[in-house]
Amino acid sequence: MATPPKDEPSTEGAGLDSRGKSLLDLLRSCQPALPGELSSILDEVVCTVPSRDLVDLARFLRDDPQLGFDFLRCLSVVDYEEFLQVVYHLWSMEHRFKLVLKTNTQEEDASVPSVTGIWPAADWFEREGHDLFGVDFEGHPDMKPLLLWEGFPGYPGRRSYKLPEYKEY
Amino acid sequence: MASTELEARDILINMGPQHPATHGVFRMVLWVDGEQIVAVEPHIGYLHRGSEKLCEGELYPQIITLFDRLDYISNFSNELAFCTAVEKLMEIEVPERAEYIRVLLCELNRVASHLLFYGTFGLDLGAMTPIMYGFRERERIQRLFESVSGARMMHNYFRIGGLKQDLPTGFKKNLSDLLSLLEKGLEECDRLLTHNEVLLVRTRNVGVISRDEAIGYGLTGPPLRATGLPYDLRAVEPYSVYDQFDFDIPTGSVGDSWDRYAIRVEEMRQSIRIIRQAADRLPDGPVMAAGVRRLPRPPKGESYSRVESPRGEFGVYLVSNGDTKPYRVKVRAPSFANLQALKRLLRGVYVADAVVILGSLDIVLGEVDR
Repeated sequence: MATPPKDEPSTEGAGLDSRGKSLLDLLRSCQPALPGELSSILDEVVCTVPSRDLVDLARFLRDDPQLGFDFLRCLSVVDYEEFLQVVYHLWSMEHRFKLVLKTNTQEEDASVPSVTGIWPAADWFEREGHDLFGVDFEGHPDMKPLLLWEGFPGYPGRRSYKLPEYKEY
Repeated sequence: MASTELEARDILINMGPQHPATHGVFRMVLWVDGEQIVAVEPHIGYLHRGSEKLCEGELYPQIITLFDRLDYISNFSNELAFCTAVEKLMEIEVPERAEYIRVLLCELNRVASHLLFYGTFGLDLGAMTPIMYGFRERERIQRLFESVSGARMMHNYFRIGGLKQDLPTGFKKNLSDLLSLLEKGLEECDRLLTHNEVLLVRTRNVGVISRDEAIGYGLTGPPLRATGLPYDLRAVEPYSVYDQFDFDIPTGSVGDSWDRYAIRVEEMRQSIRIIRQAADRLPDGPVMAAGVRRLPRPPKGESYSRVESPRGEFGVYLVSNGDTKPYRVKVRAPSFANLQALKRLLRGVYVADAVVILGSLDIVLGEVDR
């Protein structure tokens, strides 16, 4: 493939469609009140936010009538080895906007505030993130293992977790 | 005779993990007060194979087979979601013929998946006949799939940049024969169950969820559309070539189990409409994009692609570090999000309705546990 590797996401919003561009402008216009850095990757607007501002920002994004991000499509945890990143894919049913919200946390004692109070859909996604990556979602009502059994050693989603080797008997 | 005072207390019922009505290995613990459910605790993870972790150790073309095994009822939608995620990242233009064949197969897969739902939903209600009718029709579709991909279920037919090979000879005739049989069979299925009085009594106003709650819980697919919201990614955010077809999005009015059932029956008709259009307008040309290497190496970056699978929004979040293996693959499985709402849906209903409500969500545990 001729496409050169992209090391940095462009801040220009080249891949955005008209809706994405208007969302980027809209978010820029409320920038002083809005914590976090704006950028874009492919066709998505990305907002990177420190974890202490996450819940306030999430509430603003959901309740602001111009934005109305009422739908949490996906919550993923990505292990970048130096740090963990929690990624929220949001969707606005009314305005058909899409936004990616990102927040970083350290590997040791990883902790991010829970957004279950804003989007109930985050419930199982956060439990899964706790199971597989060991991210403690503070304020989650019921942080029990979901996919793994109680007392499973380690966090199998992390890059450092080695899958067991096959043994021949 | 000493008068004994009756003590009222909640009884705990364990349902599953091996239970015919849970459609897989799924366990729920019900707290019941008499016949009514007070609270429910779903337990999943019995089928957790670590698919997302396995993806990190496989080459891109190898991952397609792993995706077949997530939602094992609608394999084509899964393959499409993964392939589009990689294509988006690599900026590959897929030939039009390949896109048409992809849409055609995905819609056939939707019909097959909904027919399976139709049969098992009947079984959940105690009706034996629907599954005979549903499986008769589904078998015909599976046979066509076998002629195309060589496998009845685990197809491994889509490729990054196109398809494994072109359609077999005689496909057009086989398809048109199948569609005329399918249309007839579908009407038979519809007449048999949809307005059956027992079904209406068991499902009308059972498991109602409001639109705002449904959005909050992240419901997608027929359970969300049952609340009257026409949210279908094929229309809301068209992918592949879906913007070139005419079709309606059936919606419900109450958001109950019957609406969820009826939407799926109507969706099968709409899918057949799309298949007919795709077959009529199937363009000629290659089925594989030129210049795609056998071992794709997407540039550093990330992409999120989503498709409307028979169960709802199937999303793939792909992070690449420029290697031949992905850095991270996250699957947003529709059944996973839909199943969360069970806690809310089962509160206050009768034990006998629990099976109906679970059945109406149409979950596949393969993608719930991943």
